[in-house]
Amino acid sequence: MTQLSEGKRQERRLGWLLCAPAAFVMVAVTAYPILYSVWLSLQRFDLKFPDEREFVGLDNYVTVLTNEYWWNAFGVTMLITVVTVAVELVLGMGLALIMHRTLVGRGLVRTAALIPYGIVTVVAAFSWRYAWTPDTGYLANLITPDGAPLTERAGSLAIIILAEIWKTTPFMALLLMAGLALVPEELLRAASMDGASAWQRFTKVMLPVMKPAILVALLFRTLDAVRVFDNIFVLTAGSNETSSVSMIAFNNLLRGLNLGIGSTMSVLIFLTVAIIAFVFVKLFGTAAPGASDDGRR
Amino acid sequence: MGDPPNSDTRRRRRSVTAIVAAVLVAVPLGACAGRDDDGVPTINFYNPPVENMQHVIDECNAAAGGRYEIVYRVLPRAADDQRVQMVRRLAAEDDSMDVLGLDVTWTQEFAGADWIREWTGADADQVRQGTLPGPLESATYEDKLYAAPNNTNVQLLWYRTDLVPEPPRTWDQMISQAQQLKAESKPYQVITMGAQYEGLVVLYNTLVAGANGTILSADGKTATMDAGAVKALELLKRFATAGVTSPSFTNAQEDPARLDFQSGNGAFQLNWPYVYPAMQEAAPDLAKNVRWARYPAVDPSTPSRVTIGGTNLAVSAYSRHPAESFEAARCLRNAEHQKYAAINDGVPPTIESVYAAPEMAEAYPMKDVILEELRDAAVRPLSPAYQNISTVMSATLSPPSAIDPARTAEDLKKLIQDALESKGVLP
Repeated sequence: MTQLSEGKRQERRLGWLLCAPAAFVMVAVTAYPILYSVWLSLQRFDLKFPDEREFVGLDNYVTVLTNEYWWNAFGVTMLITVVTVAVELVLGMGLALIMHRTLVGRGLVRTAALIPYGIVTVVAAFSWRYAWTPDTGYLANLITPDGAPLTERAGSLAIIILAEIWKTTPFMALLLMAGLALVPEELLRAASMDGASAWQRFTKVMLPVMKPAILVALLFRTLDAVRVFDNIFVLTAGSNETSSVSMIAFNNLLRGLNLGIGSTMSVLIFLTVAIIAFVFVKLFGTAAPGASDDGRR
Repeated sequence: MGDPPNSDTRRRRRSVTAIVAAVLVAVPLGACAGRDDDGVPTINFYNPPVENMQHVIDECNAAAGGRYEIVYRVLPRAADDQRVQMVRRLAAEDDSMDVLGLDVTWTQEFAGADWIREWTGADADQVRQGTLPGPLESATYEDKLYAAPNNTNVQLLWYRTDLVPEPPRTWDQMISQAQQLKAESKPYQVITMGAQYEGLVVLYNTLVAGANGTILSADGKTATMDAGAVKALELLKRFATAGVTSPSFTNAQEDPARLDFQSGNGAFQLNWPYVYPAMQEAAPDLAKNVRWARYPAVDPSTPSRVTIGGTNLAVSAYSRHPAESFEAARCLRNAEHQKYAAINDGVPPTIESVYAAPEMAEAYPMKDVILEELRDAAVRPLSPAYQNISTVMSATLSPPSAIDPARTAEDLKKLIQDALESKGVLP
């Protein structure tokens, strides 16, 4: 690293001081619960048997990692994550282009596109549930008149994925629109002059310039999707093997009152999220838009 | 960065922030202040929704003569939501819950977690007095009384007199009668609940008790799954594969089973007493030919022992008015109020003498059979880990046609033992 000038160093010191209070609060409200969960996960701690509390080392991890319910939930979570994020990227990009290019009623178009994101997830999930309930729901009557899709696994997963996509595509579009704003108009016009088609301008000019924004959008949505909970809670409550990892952790903590096993699951979810973030940041070089080329500030 | 905002705007913004912060802090604090420190203690009674509960509460409040006032806090309708709300608040030592209406299967769990108080002395004596042994057992943990049985319930055999002249006394008789009806191309099905949920556990538990088996040891600390439990698995499999069940057996819960029988498909139904008034209303022609009998036995030499349901009243360990809470709970479940609830809300009483009341005969034509079954009732495994045990049992027993008795018993034994040692994982 090059030697910093005196002024630069001063500025950096001031920067640290300015963000110290925020950093302190963050540590207090996030680090403490995380460390406490790790501590709980190393114990047999079951609210039903308060006298049997004891330190058991990594036993809870062995129990969870050799359990088929856990791996089933992990598989369900990964399926939901991969499918929703992939579909949302495509749809979100389309929506972002529309919102970016609209000439008339720009404000109206943007507002309309963002409505699903503004609705509380639980409320939206309930309306999906009623829509898919046989006899009373319009979607159930229209698409599956003979079945009850929420009572079998494939149907339930498809509906959960649909509800997630409907809900968060606008968020993806919003992040991608910020990236679109980074693409200089001159660059596109120059490419056009050189005979690039619309598709070529999109893939060869816009996408490379937008890459940091796309990676950030993917990272945010992936981390969000791994923690999927509310839609599943309302739509199936985890029946027919549709639990996600968050759902199964909730079930073991609050329905099972087993703080040891439940905390172990929470820690494993935390590790999964941390690994995904690490992969994005270190391997794909994800950084906030506007950061310098090597991904560092 | 643009121009710095002028100091006026900044000051205004800061004072707005301060007001918002003050409101955010003050509102929850204010909510805490609404206490009953002066005057009559409020007894918060958390109970599932019951239509005529308020009438009973009003009577108890009048009887209390100003010593306490019971307020009905209605829990959500779904059993799981009721339990989660109470559990979450008790784990946080919430002192605004006093009397709790618990499903019989939660009593040991709440007692094990030290969330409810033991009933002692005169309060306990009064509850034990005249209460049927089965419901009383469901309110006991480690030989101590932790709740007052408020109501109970038990399944009966319902059969069609136009198809079955004499009701079967055992499962074997019932299966062969059904097979014969099937051969004669008459309605033949034996309709009951076989979906993967608590109802399947209730069915299996009844068969285990009828075969003199056990699922847990007497102290509730070890999984036994003894010979009787294996015999019950054999019977359950034989029933599911004998060609006498409804096609929707493996998916049926209480109400679909009732509707299935009402539509005329079944010759037999094993279900709770509520199906009878419902049938009289929805299918009066069919109901004329429907009678009830004691639940069939597993073994011809031992009468059936049927699993009970119902609710128990417990006093929260964090209640600030325990003495008044015990008194209020006693009033809510006394003989007079149990009779009122039985007639108006359709929940069978736990106090034996109530069954002899003349008004009961009209509301409960089947009361003698109910009482007979309650006298040697079976309870579900009494353990704080029941929730986990029930979950693994319904998952392992479903579908009943796939049971392999010896191996399924081994699997269950291991899974139940894990649940007892806090190693069980819930799906």
